This record gives sequence, structure tokens and C-alpha cells, in this order.
Amino acid sequence: MNIPVEYFLVLSTLLFFIGVFGFIVRKNLIGILMSVELILNAVNINFVVFNRFLFPDKLEGYIYGLFVIVVAAAETAVAIAIIINVYRSMKNIDVNTIKELKN
Amino acid sequence: MDYTILLLAIPFLMFLTIGLLGYKMTPKFSGLLGTAGLAVVTALAYYTAYRYFFTEFGQAAEGAWETNVMFNFTWLDLSNANRPDLMIKIGMLLDPISVMMLVVITTVSLMVHIYSMGYMHGEEGFQRYYAVLSLFTFAMLGLVVATNIFQMYIFWELVGVSSFLLISFYFTKPSAVRAAKKAFIVTRFADMFFLIGILILSYYTKTFDFQALTAVDTEAGHATLVFNTMGGKMFMGLSVTSIALLLIFLGGAGKSAMFPFHIWLPDAMEGPTPASALIHAATMVVAGVFLVARLFPVYFFEAPDVLTVIAYVGGFTSLFAAVIACTQTDIKRVLAFSTISQIAYMMVALGVSKYGGHDGLGFTASMWHLFTHAMFKATLFMAAGCIIHAVHSNEMDAMGGLRHYMKKTYLTFGLACFAIAGIFPLSGFFSKDEILVAAWEADKVLYWCQTFVAGLTAFYMFRLFFRIFFYEEPKYEHHTPHEAPANMWVPLCILSVYTVFSGWFPFSKWISSDLIGYDIHTHWPIALGSTAVALLGIGIAFALYYKKNNIPDRIANACNSFYTWASHRFYIDEVYLFITNKIIFGGICTAIAWFDRHVIDGFMDMLGWSTNTISEETKEIQSGSVQQYAWLFIMGVITITALALYL
Repeated sequence: MNIPVEYFLVLSTLLFFIGVFGFIVRKNLIGILMSVELILNAVNINFVVFNRFLFPDKLEGYIYGLFVIVVAAAETAVAIAIIINVYRSMKNIDVNTIKELKN
Repeated sequence: MDYTILLLAIPFLMFLTIGLLGYKMTPKFSGLLGTAGLAVVTALAYYTAYRYFFTEFGQAAEGAWETNVMFNFTWLDLSNANRPDLMIKIGMLLDPISVMMLVVITTVSLMVHIYSMGYMHGEEGFQRYYAVLSLFTFAMLGLVVATNIFQMYIFWELVGVSSFLLISFYFTKPSAVRAAKKAFIVTRFADMFFLIGILILSYYTKTFDFQALTAVDTEAGHATLVFNTMGGKMFMGLSVTSIALLLIFLGGAGKSAMFPFHIWLPDAMEGPTPASALIHAATMVVAGVFLVARLFPVYFFEAPDVLTVIAYVGGFTSLFAAVIACTQTDIKRVLAFSTISQIAYMMVALGVSKYGGHDGLGFTASMWHLFTHAMFKATLFMAAGCIIHAVHSNEMDAMGGLRHYMKKTYLTFGLACFAIAGIFPLSGFFSKDEILVAAWEADKVLYWCQTFVAGLTAFYMFRLFFRIFFYEEPKYEHHTPHEAPANMWVPLCILSVYTVFSGWFPFSKWISSDLIGYDIHTHWPIALGSTAVALLGIGIAFALYYKKNNIPDRIANACNSFYTWASHRFYIDEVYLFITNKIIFGGICTAIAWFDRHVIDGFMDMLGWSTNTISEETKEIQSGSVQQYAWLFIMGVITITALALYL
């Protein structure tokens, strides 16, 4: 099976812009967080694909992909914690209502 | 440094003590303290005068008077390699004129101190009054003993401040406050010229020191230092020396109330009468004369044209003030205009004087007249104070026939009137005679002018005298006038002793333009002429004011417009008001204010408005909406990428 590289790149580009679109239009903090995950995954696909097609005998792309997954997991944990705190203090996780860091 | 520093230290300490601790003292104690301090100073001044004129101390070689510098410490060092002598010092210079001034100031000041114990009795602010009197005495003494022109300037301003404080003594009276401001502003305005003159002079000569400035080379006929450094320098067609000395004279004209700066002196009569006697008759107002006398060699050798200006300004002022004095009805104002006129006399004498020996007669006469005038004018003011004390009014209409009630005041006032009119053998006769002789030798126009003024002087003084002590008695409704208490009439009597006898002092032996004594003789033709004119003046005054009649009114009506002009002091005050209010405030200042308000403020407002508007317009970017930021960020990245790719 030999899928051309363009397919992967089209997929990751679609995924990336879906993520960006979601980041901009979603009002729910959880949705925004999910969109960020999509963006990260699109980047991950690029790492892996370029490693596979350009430098098949090297491992850096795969290693970076793993790093990104780890960092994304940590980031998600922190973000969820923040969202929970925001909800506790504001009874709300709509991004439009969260405009003040004061008080 | 020896005891002479006490001459300055004691009055200053008295000022500090009474000024700071006065509220803890009873009024009587503060008055006695001030008087006692001043008595010590007076004794020291007399001792100094004795030592200077009668012992080795004042004798230099060749029969001239020594110029002694008792101490001279540096106050402010402005020297560098280029100008090694330029420093401001505070010191004490004793030469004939400063020693004479010490005697005049301390004598009159002591008399005023004693007199005020009675006159100011029970006034609110008695301690303050005595504190300021001490300050004034300190400043005036510092002025006359100044070793350099800058020290003189410092004390000159201090004198101005204490004059301001004394004029505004009754600060609840709006007229007194106005008069004090007027006096201060007018003299300060003139002092500005004085300062500029000092700066020009010291810029070229690189020193402030009087001894260096007035050092004279009589053979070459130059004031050496000034000639070497400033001689021949021109600015806008005038010699720089003349400009500097004219500016210095303008400062003196302000303090000495010469036309056109005379307007403050009549209003200064709002102050307590003894303060007027001390400051605005005997001592402070002659500071300008003293200043010119101090720099006389410089004036004579390097700027004879300025000396001529001084003579004519003096001549005009004396005539002008004498005419006004004839029409005033407030007795203190009459005396004030008389003071202006007499000081102008001294200026004339300086202006017509030459240098050295008998040629310097005008110089001697000026200082002599300063001395005798201080004594008789202080007497007149103090007597006027007694009269005001008795009838509670300054206006002539409230007076008349007072000779029955106030014998001592009547006699001393009369003596002083004869002295100022120049009747033999009182002091004014001698000093005025010498001035007229000096004027005769130099300039006939001034001689006739001054002789006429002598007649006017006799007329207005005896108008005052007859009007107060003879004439018709008004109704003294509330109480009959009574003689003043002893602490008021005793100083009066002491001063009238000076008034009588100071004409017999051998002044020309002591005071001369070149510090070498010489002989003078009464010049009988001129003396008889001036006496005749004075007697004529007295005769007219007698005819008009001895008994109540309607002749003065008829004369006033006959020359109606002139009389109105004179009684309104020739509208000089109105001219000043017009210039300051209409031209300066109304014209120039309005334009400047418009420029400031519209152009300068407008520019600043425009800056503020534009910054504000821009921030109003752009602050929407900072919405706090995360998604908007993300949107802009992405668009930015896309734009930059597009630019990077296609450019």
C-alpha cells in the first residue's frame, strides 16, 4: 500500500484549519480546548509524515511526535484544571463572558 | 574687627529678639528693650564719630580724612583667575559721609524709638512695630557703612522691605495696604535699574569695591579703574559708563522719590507718623543722595553728563513737589511733598558740584543739607504726630488755633519751620545757602529755580504753621486738644536743639568731595537774596492764613485749572494708573494673555486631544476577547506568510 504524501498533507492541513476554525468560533472553553488538540494533532501528522517520506532512516520526527503528545496531555490537564476553576468562580465557561482577570 | 560690628549686630539682635519673642513680652518691655538697644548703638555711633573726627583714628597723611575699613569678610566668592577681585563682601567702611550718616540715623532713630512709646501706646502690634524699627535701623546702618556696591544693594532692599512693613503697619486699612504695595513696587521697579547698573559696572571693572571704584587720579582727571576698564566704550551712541551710572542713579531716584518715581512717598504717609519721620523723611529717602555721593568721583570724572541730568531732575522735582505742597490739605502730605522737594535740593547740589577743595562745595552742601534736613524734618513730622494725636485727624480743616493748647509742639514746630525756610541763624539757612552758592557758580538757571523753590518752601511751611496754630479754631467737640505726653515732647525738644545748632558745625572741614577739609564762608549776597525770598514767602503765608479770610479761595478760583492740576498732584498718579492699567494690563498683557490662552494652550490642548482621541479609537482592540486576538493573530500570520512568499 502506497499512499502518496500529498494525501497526508491535505489531511493535516484540513485538520489544522478545522482546529483553527473551532478555536475561533467555539464559545465553549472545552470546545476550544478540543480545537487546540486538533491543531496539535495536525502538526503531529506532519512530523511523522515528513520523517517517513523524507528521512526514513532517522527517528527525530517520531520522537517529536511523542513529545508533542506528552506535552499536549500535560497541557490538557492544566487547561481542564483552569476551566474547572473558572467554572467554580464564574458558574460559566462561555469564552465571551470571561473578559476580566481582575476580581 | 572691634566694637564697630556692634553697630550692626545690636539692632539685628533686637529685631530677632523682639520679633521672635515679642509675643511673650509686655508691649512696654519690648519698647524699652528696643530703645535701650538703640541707645547703646547711638552711644557707639557718637563715640565712633568722636574717634573719627577728633583723634588720630580718622587722620590720614597730608591732612586728609582716612578711609577706614573696620572689617570686611567675604560673603560670596565669585572670583576666578580672570577676575580675582570679584567677590561680595560684607564690611564696614568709615569715612566722613558714612560716619555722619551713622550719627544722623542713630539720632533720629533713637528719638523715634522714644517718641513711639507715647505715640503708639496701646496699639495692636506694638512689639511688631518695634521689631521692624530695629530691622530698619539695622538695614539703614548696613547701607551707609557698605564697603562695596553689592552690600549696599543688599541693605538697600532690606530697607525697602522694612519700609513696606511699616507703611502697612495698619494692615486692616485697605488704603495702607495699597500704599505699602505701591511704595514697594515703585521702589523695586527703580531698583531693577540699579541692579542692571551694578552689573554693567562690575562686568567691566571686575570689582564691587567702593574704594577701588572711586580711586581717583586728580592730575589726569580720571577715576582710574573705571576709566581704564570702561573709558571710551560705546553702546548705541552713548558711553557705557554713562549708561551704567545713569541706571544706578535711577535706583537712587526711586528710593529718593525723584520725579517720576515720586508717587510712592505721599502715599507712604499711611504708616504710623514716627515711622514716617524716621523712614520717609530723615533716613531712607536720602539713600539715593547718599548713593550718588558715595560714587561721586566716578560720576564727576567719568560721567559729567549724568551729573547734569541729576542736577536738572533734582531742580525740576524740587519745583514740582513744592508747587504741589502748596495745595495739599493733609498735613502729612504737605510734609511728604516738602521732603521730596528738599531731597531734590540735595540732588541739585550734587549735580552742580565739582571735585576738590572749594570746587566741591556742592558735595559738602548736599551732605550738610542732608544732615540738617534730617533733623528739622524729623522734628516737623514728630510735631505733626503730636498734633494728629491731639485732634485725631490729618486734615487741616480739623485744626486751627492750637497754639493755646500745645505750647511745646507749637514752639518746636515753629523753629523747624524757620529752619526749613532758611532763616538766620537756624540750620537750614546755612545748608541751603551753600547749595544756592554752588548752584550760582555752576548754573544760573538752577540757581533761580532753587531760589524760587526756597520761597515756595517758606510759603507752604508757614501756610501749614499758621493754619495749624493760628487761623480760626474749629469746634473741638469731643474734647479739647492737649499737649502730648513727655515721652513725645522730649525727643521733639532734643531734635529741635539740633535744628537750631547744626548750622554752626564746621561741615566743610569734615566733609568734602576729596576728603580734604577746606573753609567756607557765608556768601552774603546770595544768603540775603534767599532770606528775602523766604521772608516774602512767610509774609504771603501770614497774609493768607494768619486769620481766616477768603483770599486763598479767591486765589485758588482765579487760577482754577492750575490749582486743580496742582492739588491733584498734576495727575501723575493717574498717568501711572493709565499706563499700568490701560496700556500694560489692558493692551500688552491682554494680547499676551490671548496668545497664551489660544496659541500656547491651544497647542497643548491639541496634543492632549489627539492622544486622547487616538486612544479612544484604538482601545477597542484590547477587548479581552481571546478569540478576537486569535483571529487577528492568524490573519497576521497569513499576511506575513503571504508577503514572505510573494515578495
